[in-house]
Amino acid sequence: MKQRAGLLVGAVVLVALALVPLFVAPYETGIMSRILIFALLAVSLDLLVGITGLPSLGHAAYFGIGAYTAGWLSLNVSAEAPVPLLAATAAGAVAAAATGWLAVRSTGVFFLMLTLAIGELIFQVAQQWESVTGGSNGLFGIPAVRIAGSPLTLAGFVYWYVLAGFLVGYAGLRVVSASPFGAVLRGIRDNEPRMRSLGYSPFRYKYAAFVLAGAVAGLAGGLLAAQARLVTTADLGFTTAALALLAVVIGGAGTLWGACLGAALVVLVRDALGPRLDGHGPLVLGLVFIATVYLLPRGFAGLAALRLRRRPA
Amino acid sequence: MLSWFDTNLVSILNGFAIGSLLFILAVGLSIVFGMMDVLNLAHGALYLVGAYFGYQFAGDTSSWLGFGTALGTAALVGVLAGGVLSSMTEPLARRPHLDQALLTLGVALVVAELLAIFYGNDVLRVRPPPGLNGSMQVFGNTYPTYRLALIGIGVLIAVAVFVVVERTTVGALVRASVADREMVATLGVDNRLVKLAVLGVGSGLAALAGVLGGPIYGAGPGLDERVLILALVVVVIGGLGSIKGAFVGALLIGQVESLGRALVPDLASFVLFGALALVLIVRPRGLFGAPKAAV
Amino acid sequence: MTAAPSALELRSVSRHFGALRAVDEVDLTLPAGARHALIGPNGAGKSTLFRLITGTLRVTAGAVWLGEQDITGQREFRRARLGISQTLQHSSLFLPLTVEQNAMLAAQQWRGTPWSLLPRRQPAARERVAELLGSVGLGARAAVTAGALSHGERRQLEIALALACEPRLLLLDEPAAGMAGAERERLVELIRALPSSVTVLIVEHDLDVVFQLASAITVLHLGRVLLTGSPSDVRASAAVREAYLGTANREELFVGEA
Repeated sequence: MKQRAGLLVGAVVLVALALVPLFVAPYETGIMSRILIFALLAVSLDLLVGITGLPSLGHAAYFGIGAYTAGWLSLNVSAEAPVPLLAATAAGAVAAAATGWLAVRSTGVFFLMLTLAIGELIFQVAQQWESVTGGSNGLFGIPAVRIAGSPLTLAGFVYWYVLAGFLVGYAGLRVVSASPFGAVLRGIRDNEPRMRSLGYSPFRYKYAAFVLAGAVAGLAGGLLAAQARLVTTADLGFTTAALALLAVVIGGAGTLWGACLGAALVVLVRDALGPRLDGHGPLVLGLVFIATVYLLPRGFAGLAALRLRRRPA
Repeated sequence: MLSWFDTNLVSILNGFAIGSLLFILAVGLSIVFGMMDVLNLAHGALYLVGAYFGYQFAGDTSSWLGFGTALGTAALVGVLAGGVLSSMTEPLARRPHLDQALLTLGVALVVAELLAIFYGNDVLRVRPPPGLNGSMQVFGNTYPTYRLALIGIGVLIAVAVFVVVERTTVGALVRASVADREMVATLGVDNRLVKLAVLGVGSGLAALAGVLGGPIYGAGPGLDERVLILALVVVVIGGLGSIKGAFVGALLIGQVESLGRALVPDLASFVLFGALALVLIVRPRGLFGAPKAAV
Repeated sequence: MTAAPSALELRSVSRHFGALRAVDEVDLTLPAGARHALIGPNGAGKSTLFRLITGTLRVTAGAVWLGEQDITGQREFRRARLGISQTLQHSSLFLPLTVEQNAMLAAQQWRGTPWSLLPRRQPAARERVAELLGSVGLGARAAVTAGALSHGERRQLEIALALACEPRLLLLDEPAAGMAGAERERLVELIRALPSSVTVLIVEHDLDVVFQLASAITVLHLGRVLLTGSPSDVRASAAVREAYLGTANREELFVGEA
């Protein structure tokens, strides 16, 4: 019963998302694209934070690496879809694999600090490696994505491209979340020592989750390169990482769709309302974040879960 | 050998100056973490507050009055802010430690945004007080006087903190709380007061560091992140809850940031974070931190 | 006497914490299918020894053998894979998950595909879970969140989890703690009903349970083995009485209570 309601809601949302460019002006469609991109980043972070219990403050690094990879490839090799996207995903995965085996050996607040440091390191590398990343100027003039030779320049087409990428990433993570692997991750989150005594190697599963999350973050980065056609070091900086964590916490860690809600809120407040608030969007977000930590420890998704659980056990 | 020192003297001295600053900044963070397992991510924002205070009172003219006022007000505001933070995290005391860290993250974002709204996005200058705004000859090298003074101040504060923590009753309480928080509670001491005091003093020192660092780093957005990360590295490497650790860690990191960047600019960051990673994995409690009781 | 390898063998196992010898040169041999109890006054080193066997702690000296294999250097999860299963004094469950989900985590490691990234039904594991939950008496509570279970039910779930791991060696740390009357009876029955392919080692304070279940008892005192023998040997031993009481008053130790 609950499942059928969930599927129905999902279908409605999917249709609504698909129809956006037909009813919405190009500028707003662009914002929707950015929401989807950030949502995918937040969902990939939720796999780490909400499902595996690994709070990362450096996840934007893999997002940025994916974006730079897709951007560089589009500029210098080919902008033909899906090459930049595949490369971005692979880059995110490789970077996560290289750093994750170190990061995943710690837990809790130590993991937080370590990922923060790794993110900062990658940020500095990006700033210094000017020949590839353009340094503090960023990678600009990224050509539009091409599908079968013709470039996608209209906001609506770009939006559909982003939507497709988002759906692939999101669906993939939903599937993983529902799998036995996902159950193991939750077990590690809830009681790691017990998992060890049941014969699981927490390190291997956490590492796999880290790489997977990095891959999806890379995918989101590839979509960013296609949509914004500009990548700067801010995209892999601490603020992006913190906002992604904000999105996950506000939306509700562990549900995946909650992270999408949180991401939508963050992007709307920052980009849509931002100008109206004199660019003070982050201030509002910070306050909402504080309020959420106090009042809604399970985020907004937690509210929904509460209502659905009013059945006799 | 001697000529190497000569060429690099300026970097080495810079390293000590940075180290001094880092110590003043990191010691509060270290004690609070060691004591309560609470990571105060707003610590960098407090430094930034101090830096802007420095600009406010000593930005346009170089004067002892201005600089002194900046120091005084920053310290006061810092202590108050620490108290506020302590009460803000209190309701979350029973929740996982991560929630408290997240709360301080939110506070850091809000504070940084408020400062950016108020002061804009440019990096603002802070002038050192008169008498310290020139340079001196050190072993044949010209070196800014202010930075030498900073080294001296750092040592003074280190001694003061050491004396308070090692030789007073209050200090004993703090050390005991770092070692075994529950035990201290059974002695009838209210943990929350100790936490309030430590967060207050630590935050005051952070703001003070912001003022002291003003003539070198100025005040501008993004400084809080940079400074927070360095402080974290110092705390982790030096050891959670250890003053000696914060001192040694600060000196080490100061040298890496200064001498390291001068000699091997591309590798300096890797050394920094590589060391952090190594310590977190091999010896999470740091060089001088108290070993965690086996669970 | 056949030369069958013993299920568990501890050879001069020691664990030091600095100058403290928590476990001091302990020798212990459990034949396959044994029902063995480990008792001793507080501070005797029982918990430490328990953790040395499960692998949560490393030995400072000595060797641990499981059957024909030297597992001294093996980490905890490897030992679990080799067939060592445990329940802890303080129930260690996955509180936000349901009873069935808890048991599935244990069972899918052995009869399922835990590493699968695609959703799988895992019928063999589910069958085993249903079986186990029934045998511990939680069949009707499969959909209840573990956090909502009573203390006794949590202990039952603990045992179900431990059994789901298809253990060769089952280690129980004070399984009867906090239980009384009917619950305790059910626990004893459950352990009695275990097949002889499973070797059982119980750390227990409740001597009633110990004497009902154990065919052999090891008494630890100050980290060393004081005595290993049958229940009657232990009952008769003056040394054991002294260790527990500091006196030789037998009634206080062994004459029953309700």
